[in-house]
Amino acid sequence: MPSLNHFLLLSGVLFAIGTTGVFLRRNVITMLLSIEIMLNAVNLTFVAVGRTLGSVEGQIIAFFVMAVAAAEAAVGLAIVIQLFRQRETLNPDAFTSLKW
Amino acid sequence: MDVVLFYLFGAVTVGASLAVIGQRSPLRSVLWLIASFLGLSGLYVLLDSPFTAVTQIIVYAGAIMVLFLFVVMLVNRPREEALADHARNGLLAKGPRRSAAALAVAFLALVGWAIARTPERPIIAEAAVADHVSSVAQIGRELFTTHGFAFEVTSVLILVAMVGAVVLAKRVL
Amino acid sequence: MDLTFVAHIGIILVVFFALQMSAAVTVLMERKVAAFVQQRLGPYRTGPWGVLQPLADIVKLVFKEELRPRAADRFVFMLAPVISATAAFGAFAVVPFGAPTDFFGLLPEPIPLRVADVNVGVLALFAVTSMGIYGIVLAGWSSNSKYSLLGGLRSTAQMLSYELSYGLALAAVLLTANSLSLSEIVDAQKGYWLGVIPRWYVFPQCVGFLVFMIAAIAETNRAPFDFPEAEQELVAGYHTEYSSMSFALFFLAEYINMVVVAGLATSLFFGGWHGPFLPEWLGWIWWLAKVFAILFFYIWTRWTLPRYRYDQLMHFGWKFLLPLAVANLLATAAGVLYFGS
Repeated sequence: MPSLNHFLLLSGVLFAIGTTGVFLRRNVITMLLSIEIMLNAVNLTFVAVGRTLGSVEGQIIAFFVMAVAAAEAAVGLAIVIQLFRQRETLNPDAFTSLKW
Repeated sequence: MDVVLFYLFGAVTVGASLAVIGQRSPLRSVLWLIASFLGLSGLYVLLDSPFTAVTQIIVYAGAIMVLFLFVVMLVNRPREEALADHARNGLLAKGPRRSAAALAVAFLALVGWAIARTPERPIIAEAAVADHVSSVAQIGRELFTTHGFAFEVTSVLILVAMVGAVVLAKRVL
Repeated sequence: MDLTFVAHIGIILVVFFALQMSAAVTVLMERKVAAFVQQRLGPYRTGPWGVLQPLADIVKLVFKEELRPRAADRFVFMLAPVISATAAFGAFAVVPFGAPTDFFGLLPEPIPLRVADVNVGVLALFAVTSMGIYGIVLAGWSSNSKYSLLGGLRSTAQMLSYELSYGLALAAVLLTANSLSLSEIVDAQKGYWLGVIPRWYVFPQCVGFLVFMIAAIAETNRAPFDFPEAEQELVAGYHTEYSSMSFALFFLAEYINMVVVAGLATSLFFGGWHGPFLPEWLGWIWWLAKVFAILFFYIWTRWTLPRYRYDQLMHFGWKFLLPLAVANLLATAAGVLYFGS
C-alpha cells in the first residue's frame, strides 16, 4: 500500500497542472476545467489524509467540495454563456476593458 | 498489487490532466477530464473510500461534465485560436506564460521538498480501520450529526446557484 | 489454479454471453409481442416461430457497409457507441442472479452468483448508467447532422431529468432495506407475510415502484418516452448516421439497458431469486422468469401507449414525477422511523 506521501505528491502534481492550465490557456472554458482539476487534487488530499487518520471526515469534506464545485461550475458556465453573447469569443483577453 | 494499481491510476490521472491543458479543442479537453476523473475514482477505491469514488463519478463525471459538454456544444468554437500563434503564445513565450510555467515548477518543487522532509506515514491496512472508513453508514451518521449545519447550508448554496445560473444565462438580463 | 478463481471467471463469461443472448431474445420477443398486439403474426419463417430471426438480423447488420460522414469527428464518432455498450454491460456487474452456491461442494465456500462484490452496489450501478449518457450526447454531436444533434441533446436532457426520480425511488428502497448491497436487499425480501404473500418490496413501496418503472422507461429511451429517437419526427435521432456494427452496438446497448433495469427492478422490488416450489440453488430460474415478465411489460407499454411530446415529457418528469419521488422518500423515512425497522 503506498504511503501517504505518495498520495500527497500526486495531489501536488495535479494541483500544479491545474494552476498551469489556468495561467496558460486563453479560453475561459478550459480555464474552468483547470480549476476543476485543482479542486480534484484537493479532494484527493482530503480523502488520503482522512484514510491515514482512520476517520471519515476526509470523505465528508470531499463530498462538500464536490457540491460546491458543482454550484460553482453551473454559475461559471452561465457567466461564460453571457460573455460569449457579448463578444462572440471565448478568449479572456477580449474582456480587458477595465484594465489600465 | 496496491502499489501497481496506484501507479496505474496515478499515471492515468496525471496523463489525462496534462492532455486537458494541452488540447486545442475544448471538447477534447472535456473528454480527457472525464478520463482523469475515472482515474481519480480508482484512486479513491484504493483508499478504501468506495462511496467517494462512486459520488465522484455520479456528480463530477456524470453531471458537471455533461454541463460543460452542453456549454461547449452551445458555444461551438472548435479551436482555440490563441494557442496556434506559437511566436507570441508558445509555452515559454515572454510574459505571463513563462511566469506561469515557472510558478508551477516552483510550486511543485516546494511541495516535493516539504513531502521529502516529512517522515513516512504508512496507511494503516488493518481491516477494522478500513471497514470504518469505507462504511457508508458511518459517513451518513457523521454527515447528518457533526456536519449537519454545513449540509443544510450547502443545500441553500445549491439553490442559490441554480437561481443564479438561470438568471445569468437569460438572453436579456 | 484455485477453483474459486475459475468459478469467478466462469460466472463472468456466462454473464457476458447471456447478456448478448438476452439482447437477441428481447429483440425477437419485441417483434412477436408487437405483432400480436397489432393482430398480425410477426416473424414466422426464419426457424420455428421465427426463433432464428435475431440471427438473421445480426448477419444482415454485420454485412452492411460501415459509413461515416466526412465532416464527422472521427475519434468521437467511433468512441460514442463503445461508451454506450460498455456502460450497458458494466451496469450489470453488480446485479445478483442467483443464491450463493458452492456448485455442489466443488468449492470450499459458497460464492454469490454475480460478477462483482461492491459494498456500494446500487450506487455503482447508478454511476455506470450515468456514464452511458455520454455515448448518446457524443453520438449526436459528432455526427454533424441536425437530426442527430437535436436527438442527442434532447435525449441527454431527458435522461438527466429522469435520473433524479430514478435515484430517489432507489433511495427509498435503500432506506427500507437498510443496505446498499443488492444481495442484502434481495435477502431482506425472503419469506412470506401470512404464509401466502411474499415479502417483496413492491407491496410496501408501490408508489416507489411506479416512480422507478416510469423513470427507468424514460432512462432507457423507450416509448412512451422515446421522442429523441422517434422515427416519425427525427429520422432516427442520435443514431441516424450510424450503420453496421456501430448501429448494432447502440441497439445492443439499448436492449441491455432494458435487461439491466429489469434485473435491478427484480432485485429491488420483486425478491430477486426467491420463489416457491423450487430449491434455493435453482433460484435463477425464478429470477429469469421475473426479468422476462418485466421485459414483457416494457414491450407491452411501448406498443400500447402513444408517444409523449418532448415538452410534455420534461414537464411530467420535473413537475410531477420528481415531487412524487421526494414525497415517497419522505413517507418511507417516516415509516422506517415509526416502525423502527
